[in-house]
Amino acid sequence: MITLLESRAVNKRFGGLKALTDVSLTIRKGEVYGLIGPNGAGKTTFFNVLTGAYAIDGGEFVMNGAELPAATPHLVVQHGIARTFQNIRLFRELTALENVMAGHHIRSSAGVWGILTQSRAAREEERLMQERALEILDYVGIGRHADTVARNLSYGDQRRLEIARALATEPQLLALDEPAAGMNATETVGLRTLVETIRGDGITVLLIEHDVKLIMGLCDRVAVLDFGKKIAEGTPAEVQRDPDVIRAYLGGHRAH
Amino acid sequence: MTTTSSALPLPASFAFDRRVQRPLVILLALAAPLIALAMGKSWVRVLDFALLYVLLAIGLNLVVGFAGLLDLGYIAFYAVGAYTWAFLASPHFGIHLPFWIVLPLGAAFAALAGIALGFPTLRLRGDYLAIVTLGFGEIIRIFMNNLNQPINITNGPQGIDSIDPLTIAGLDLSRDLDLFGFQISSLLLYYYAFLACVVFAIILVRRLQISRIGRAWAAIRDDELAAKAIGIDTRMMKLLAFALGATFGGVSGGLFAAFQGFVSPESFSLMESIVVLTMIVLGGMGNLAGVIVGAIMLTALPELLRHFAVPMQMALFGKTLLDPEVLRMLLLSLAMIVMMLVRPAGLLPARTRYAHRDRRNA
Amino acid sequence: METFLQQTLNGLVSGSIYALVALGYTMVYGILGLINFAHGELVMIGALVALQTVTLLNAAVPGLHPVILLLAGVAVAVPVCMAVGYLIERIGYRRLRNAPRLAPLITAIGVSFLLQTLAMIIWGREFHVFPQLVSTTPMQPMDGVVVSPLQIFTIVVAFALMGGLMLLVNKSRLGRAMRATAENHRVAGLMGINANGVIAATFIIGSGLAALAGVLFASNYAIAHYAMGFTPGLKAFTAAVLGGIGNLPGAMVGGLVLGLVESFGAGYIEHLTFGFLNSSYQDIFAFMILGAVLIFRPSGLLGERVADRA
Ligand SMILES: Nc1ncnc2c1ncn2[C@@H]1O[C@H](COP(=O)(O)OP(=O)(O)O)[C@@H](O)[C@H]1O
Ligand SMILES: [Mg+2]
Repeated sequence: MITLLESRAVNKRFGGLKALTDVSLTIRKGEVYGLIGPNGAGKTTFFNVLTGAYAIDGGEFVMNGAELPAATPHLVVQHGIARTFQNIRLFRELTALENVMAGHHIRSSAGVWGILTQSRAAREEERLMQERALEILDYVGIGRHADTVARNLSYGDQRRLEIARALATEPQLLALDEPAAGMNATETVGLRTLVETIRGDGITVLLIEHDVKLIMGLCDRVAVLDFGKKIAEGTPAEVQRDPDVIRAYLGGHRAH
Repeated sequence: MTTTSSALPLPASFAFDRRVQRPLVILLALAAPLIALAMGKSWVRVLDFALLYVLLAIGLNLVVGFAGLLDLGYIAFYAVGAYTWAFLASPHFGIHLPFWIVLPLGAAFAALAGIALGFPTLRLRGDYLAIVTLGFGEIIRIFMNNLNQPINITNGPQGIDSIDPLTIAGLDLSRDLDLFGFQISSLLLYYYAFLACVVFAIILVRRLQISRIGRAWAAIRDDELAAKAIGIDTRMMKLLAFALGATFGGVSGGLFAAFQGFVSPESFSLMESIVVLTMIVLGGMGNLAGVIVGAIMLTALPELLRHFAVPMQMALFGKTLLDPEVLRMLLLSLAMIVMMLVRPAGLLPARTRYAHRDRRNA
Repeated sequence: METFLQQTLNGLVSGSIYALVALGYTMVYGILGLINFAHGELVMIGALVALQTVTLLNAAVPGLHPVILLLAGVAVAVPVCMAVGYLIERIGYRRLRNAPRLAPLITAIGVSFLLQTLAMIIWGREFHVFPQLVSTTPMQPMDGVVVSPLQIFTIVVAFALMGGLMLLVNKSRLGRAMRATAENHRVAGLMGINANGVIAATFIIGSGLAALAGVLFASNYAIAHYAMGFTPGLKAFTAAVLGGIGNLPGAMVGGLVLGLVESFGAGYIEHLTFGFLNSSYQDIFAFMILGAVLIFRPSGLLGERVADRA
């Protein structure tokens, strides 16, 4: 088993609140890794620190053996990590196609001069980018909405578009923050198929999810966060039996 | 947001086919000064200025409309271009360089000023930029006003005059051209020169818009965090927008100095920045065609007010209650507020394309 | 030493006025994340309305004591500005709270110009002399230091107002609601706080302070004018950023520091630039400070406190 991403004793504080305390995980190449835990456990914060949206207060992330740069999201993407957001964040005035093409930004290289003079290389790149973006839209199942402005898409399609945009950055690790939130049963099944396809194509998936059934069916391994600490890690079956996990899920009615 | 960009309720016949629309616009652009000439030379002058404003508005639109950066000191870059021309092509320092040196230099200085201003500020909270650029515009103006001592650089509030006109291949655009016995007015010559610049600018901006750079700008504008999350170096991209926008400002400034033959700090007040901003707000931020229409409308506005508002008030009240200048400010400020509240997509809502494909739904 | 004391005194006078205006910027920014460009115009409206009141009252009842005139001017200017501030929020900004980022900013600029234009229509373009209602007769408490009752009055009133505001924010129910709303609108709503009411109250309080600042400003410079709000507005915003945007004590400290730096800077700018720049450049100090703060300490001297908009 080859390790893709490792978090080593990662810490994050917000003022007095310890949102993450010494969180260490190991994600292997090709697996679907679930991150679960009650609301406010620190799952989204883990994503934010991983992708550089927030500065890290201690610890480090190692991807393919190299330490990830801290607090510079655009560099983290170059290391092969792409994410989606818990509350969808699309480019609302762009079409689905244009959203995905924007996702290609770092995998393209035309400069100002090439664009202004419409050099052959720039034109060719633009054409390829568009072709590739259409393929990705088909791949996630919203090819027919390529020319629809993002804000006019249905909720489920917006979720898919966000995944498509992330895939366009050609990641090795795709981090999905509650992708099934707000979806109906049919949409959730579709999403599950999509994640399985993505995994089948060799992309490792890090999945935050509330829907326990989805997690249990989809994930190879799961880690459980509670109050910013990892309280369990293992196969879904192991984790389900863990007394700490049961306590965290059953005992916890909390403010958040 | 609730107020989305519904299309204007126009009769179907009004929505021209693309193939009809384009030649019609070209024809109109070519014939406009001739029609204006029939109404009087001053109207051609208005058109000339309108084209300069179009150029400015195209540049500011790149910054505000595409990248979503509110620049309130944009006119400072116009000033940099104008003063560059005034310094290097006038008797003030006794230097008379040709336009193909002065114009690029003015553009380059403006771009440098844009980078110098943007570099420290663009990593900050977006709306600080508005106030920093506002301050920058004022600083430039204070310097223009006061740098006539101890060494006379700008000639202070009097400004610099007798500036060299635009001379292309030996053709002095400030003189009427005698072509086979026909007198072609200098104002017409300038019009077509400016029109060429505007067309060139439109082509360049369209190319930028439909490219990875244009999409990166739009991404930053729509959601900066998400833009970072897909690997866009937002700071570099903003700096690029800022520098390119400033370049347009610098070029139009140089043309302005040549056309007017005179520059003074008065032409570069905050009010001018606001006017250009209102042009793009009226037209619909990011939408190039709308921005051009907005620029033309607002340049013509003072003239229209002078011609119509004053006589109308005389007829109604027997005196001029609001002089045209006040009326213009009133309309501009109201336009900004009402547009934002009621029609944020502009008067001519149109989809801005960031890829070569057409959009399906409006 | 004498010039040092004198510059300090002058700096405190203008600085305490900046601080009053800065409070309005910072309160609104702290809650809405919006630069209320129109705030500076309320300084102008406050000054001109007070002037109008004083002029009318003086014509109607000649020979009134200056203090009564001043109180009357304030008594009209403050509610007028509060009403204007409230209307701006109610008609303009409230509808744009969830609009794209630039919409409220551009609206704010439009409102600012609208207010200026309306003032120009009502009061004309000319500079109006603002009467000396508090004595400006210089006193000389020590050699080389000159201070007028007006200057002392200005500092005392400004500090009293700032103290009052701090009490209001830290001790009253409204203050608690304001702090909660600044923390997070949605959570405040869940706690049963009427966020709209709190935001309106913020605008009203800030506008009242701006009106008083306007009267003090016009008194000290003996002049009122439709465009007089622009520069102090810009400087006050600088003061707010300098102190840490959203931070009330920060706005006060920022205002005072800015006033002092300006006062000293104007005195020494010629030396600093080897005679190249003279005191006509005084106004760029604020911008240079703003630039320096943004580059080296963007969260301000006392740290910023801004609503989490995510
Ligand atoms: N930007 C922030 N500022 C302050 N506190 C935050 C911030 N983001 C998250 N938190 C806090 O950190 C904790 C973990 O939040 P989060 O990671 O969103 O939880 P989860 O995604 O597991 O539901 C919560 O208590 C939350 O209030
Ligand atoms: Mg979460």
